[in-house]
Amino acid sequence: MTASMEAAVRAEIKDWLAAEWDPNLNLVEWRKRLVSSGWGAPTWPATLFGRGLDPALASIVEEEMRRVGAVGVARSGARNLAIQTLLAYGSEAQKHAFLGPTLTGQYSWCQLFSEPSSGSDLAGAVTRADLKDGRWIANGQKVWTTSADHADWGLLLARTDWDVPKHKGLSFFLIDMRQPGIEVRPLRQMNGYASFNEVFLTDAEVAPEHLVGELGGGWAVATTTLMHERSHGDPSAAKPTEAGGRQGRVYDEEREEIAIATEPYGWYPQRAGRVDLVLERARETGKINDPVVREEIAKLLVLDRSAKWTALRARADLAPGEGLGPTGSLIKLVASHVARSAARVHTLISGADAMLAGADAPRDGVIAEILVSVPAVSIAGGTDEIQRNIIAERILRMPKEGNLDANRPFREVLKNPVPGTR
Amino acid sequence: MQYSFTTEQNEFRGVLRRFFEQSSPPPVVRRLMETEAGWDRALWRDLNAQLGLCGVHVPEAYGGMGFGFVELGIVLEEMGRALLCAPFFSSAVLATNAILNGADEAQKAALLPGLVSGDTVAALAITEPDGNWDPGAVATTARQADGRYRLSGVKSFVIDGHSADLLIVLARLPGSKGEEGLSLFVVRGDAEGMRRTALQTLDPTRKLARIEFDGAEAELLGKPGEAAGPIARTLAQAAAMLANEMVGGAERLRESALDYANLRVQFGRPVSSFQAMKHKQADMLVDLELAKSAAYQAAQAVADDQPDFPAVASLAKASASDVYLQTAIHTIQIHGGIGFTWENDTHLWFKRAKSSEVLLGDAVWHREAMMRAWVDGGREVQ
Repeated sequence: MTASMEAAVRAEIKDWLAAEWDPNLNLVEWRKRLVSSGWGAPTWPATLFGRGLDPALASIVEEEMRRVGAVGVARSGARNLAIQTLLAYGSEAQKHAFLGPTLTGQYSWCQLFSEPSSGSDLAGAVTRADLKDGRWIANGQKVWTTSADHADWGLLLARTDWDVPKHKGLSFFLIDMRQPGIEVRPLRQMNGYASFNEVFLTDAEVAPEHLVGELGGGWAVATTTLMHERSHGDPSAAKPTEAGGRQGRVYDEEREEIAIATEPYGWYPQRAGRVDLVLERARETGKINDPVVREEIAKLLVLDRSAKWTALRARADLAPGEGLGPTGSLIKLVASHVARSAARVHTLISGADAMLAGADAPRDGVIAEILVSVPAVSIAGGTDEIQRNIIAERILRMPKEGNLDANRPFREVLKNPVPGTR
Repeated sequence: MQYSFTTEQNEFRGVLRRFFEQSSPPPVVRRLMETEAGWDRALWRDLNAQLGLCGVHVPEAYGGMGFGFVELGIVLEEMGRALLCAPFFSSAVLATNAILNGADEAQKAALLPGLVSGDTVAALAITEPDGNWDPGAVATTARQADGRYRLSGVKSFVIDGHSADLLIVLARLPGSKGEEGLSLFVVRGDAEGMRRTALQTLDPTRKLARIEFDGAEAELLGKPGEAAGPIARTLAQAAAMLANEMVGGAERLRESALDYANLRVQFGRPVSSFQAMKHKQADMLVDLELAKSAAYQAAQAVADDQPDFPAVASLAKASASDVYLQTAIHTIQIHGGIGFTWENDTHLWFKRAKSSEVLLGDAVWHREAMMRAWVDGGREVQ
C-alpha cells in the first residue's frame, strides 16, 4: 500500500466527516448518512453500502472516525451474525433489503436455532415450516434466544422436509418477529437472571422471498452463522464509542443501544469463576493462612495460569485471520475446569457465608452469583462432553461416534417427546 | 514472551528425536537399566561427540554451544520422551548449573570444559537421608584445617552419585544454621574418606546413591558461606528443566495409549471407538497440554532470567508431577492386563513418572513454594 493512497483515503474521510459528522443528530439519522456514503462499511462493494476499499486501508477510516469521536455502524448483539450470514448466503435482494437498516441499527436481530428437544444435536430441530398458499407457515418452539423480546427479525432454522436425513431437511429463513404468530417469554435461569427467551411459533408467517440459500440447504447456512458466533468475543465486553465525556444526542442513543445489547450478560464474568477475586478474598478472610485452603488456591492458580499460557500457545501458531479450529474445544474445556475449580475455592474461602446470597453474602452477592452461575460454562456454546468428542475425533483422529439418525428419513428417527404433539 | 518455538528450535528437536529413536529404543533402555552404573560410556560419548548436548546452554567461553534454557528444555523433553539412560540431568543440568551459578571464574574455566565434552561426569549432592529438598536443612559440615576443607556427613538421593567422576557437594560451615554458612565443594570421585553406595531404586532408569563423608578432602567453590543464592537458583532451574523432561515422557505415554486403543479390538470394534475411551484420551491431551504450556513457560522464564522464574518453575514442576503420573496410570489402564506386565514398556515410563513426581520436591511442596514466592511476596503473576 503506497503512502499516497493512504493519504488520499485519509483526506477523503476527513473532508467527509468535517461536512457530515454532527453529534447532535439522532443515532439513526447519523448512521443513515454513514451507510449511504459507504464509509460505514468501506471494504464492502460500492454497490452494497461500501466503497470497495482495500482492507489494509480500513484502519485509516477507523482512525479518523475515532479522532472526531464519530459513532460507527450498529454491530452489537445478533446483528453481526445476521450481517455475516447474509453476506455469505443472502440473495442480492435480501442483502439490499436487510443490510442497510441493520447497519443503521433500525433492525435488531435474534437467532432462532436451539430447541427444547435439540441442544447439542442442533440438526435435530423439529420446528417446521410448511408452504401454504405461497407463504411459509412456521410452527414449533425455540429456546435460549437472546434479545427475542426486542428483535425485529429472527434467523430461523426450520424443517421443511421430513422424508430426507436430518441435515438435508432444514431450511434457513428470515422471520418477522413482530407478528401475532410469535410469542416471546423470558426464560428464568437458576441464577435468577432471565438473559434468554423461549419463542413459540404458532402459524407464524414467512414471506417466500425470505428463504436464505437453497431449500433444504439450511444446515450449511446455520453452520456459517455458528462459526461467526464462536469467533465473536465476549458479548458482555461491548463498549460505547468513547467512555464518558462525549456529549450529544448521538452518544446518548448509542449508550442506550449498548446497554440493551449487553444487559443479558451482566453475570458472565461470574460464570467464568472470577479467579481474579480469589486471592483478595483469601486475604480478607485470613484463609490464605489455612494450609488446606491454601493448597486448593495453589492448585487453582496452577490451572488458571497454565490455561492462559495454553491459549496463548494455541494462538501464537495461527496465521493472521486463521481460526482456532478444534483446538478451540480444548481451550473451552479448560475454561470450564477453571471456572468449576474457582467456584470450589470460593466456597472453601467463604465457609458458612457461602450459604448466603444478595446483600447478606460476601462482596454484596457476587460470590453467591459465582456459585450459581458457573454451571452454565460447561453447557453453553457446546457441552464439555461435546468438546471431548471434538477433541477425540478431530485432534486425536479417533473413530467418529456411530449415528443412528444420519442416514434415515428424519420422520423415522427416534426423537424427544414434544408437548402438544405426537 | 514467546509462545511458540522458532523454526530452528523445531529442527533441533527433530534432530534429537531421530537421534534418540536410534540410540535409545526400549531394548537399549532395558539393557542399561539392568547395569549397575545405569548408563554406558560409549553412548554418552556419541551423544556429546555428535551433538555436543552437555554444553547446549553453557557459554562458548567454557566450550559450550551458548544457547539457552529453552534449547536445554527441548533436549530434556526429547530425553524424557526416549527415557534416555545417561547422566545428563545429574551432570549437564544439576552439577553444571551449580558450577555456573556458584563457582568463581577460574574454577568455571577449570571444571566446565570437561563437563561440556562429557569426559567428566559430575553429580550434585544436596539432599540428605531425611529427604528434605530445602537446602537450608543440610547438616553435612565442612571443617577447615591446614588450609583444606574436609567434609563429614551423609548425602542421599544423589542422582548418579555412585558413578560420577566428580561430586559437587552442598555443606555448611561449622556452627551455621539455615541458609547461612552454606557452601559448595568439589570432591573427586576417588577421594579418601568417602563411601558411595548405589541405592535400590523404584525407577531403574534413574540411579540414586548414598554418599558418606568422613573427612573427605574438598575444594571450595566460590566464596565460603555464600552458596544459598546459587543453590536456590540451581534448584529452580533444575525444577523447570525436570518439568520439561517429564512432559516429554508423558507425551510418549499418551501417544502409546492412543496407538494401542486404535489397534486393540474388543466386541468387534476398535477400543478407541468407545466414548469412554475417547473422553479419557481427550482429558489426557488437555491435562498434558496444560503441563506442557507450564513447562515451556518455565523454560522461557529461566532463559530470560525473569525475577519470578522460581515461582513459574515450581508451578511447572507441580503440574508435571501430577500430570506425568496420571498419564502413566491412564496408559496402563488403557492397555489393560498387558499394561501390568514386565514385557510391556509402559512400566518403564510409569516408574520414571513416579520417581520424577517426588524428585526435587513433589507437587504439594512446589505449590507451596509458588505461593510463598508469588502470593506472600505480594507479587501476583499476570
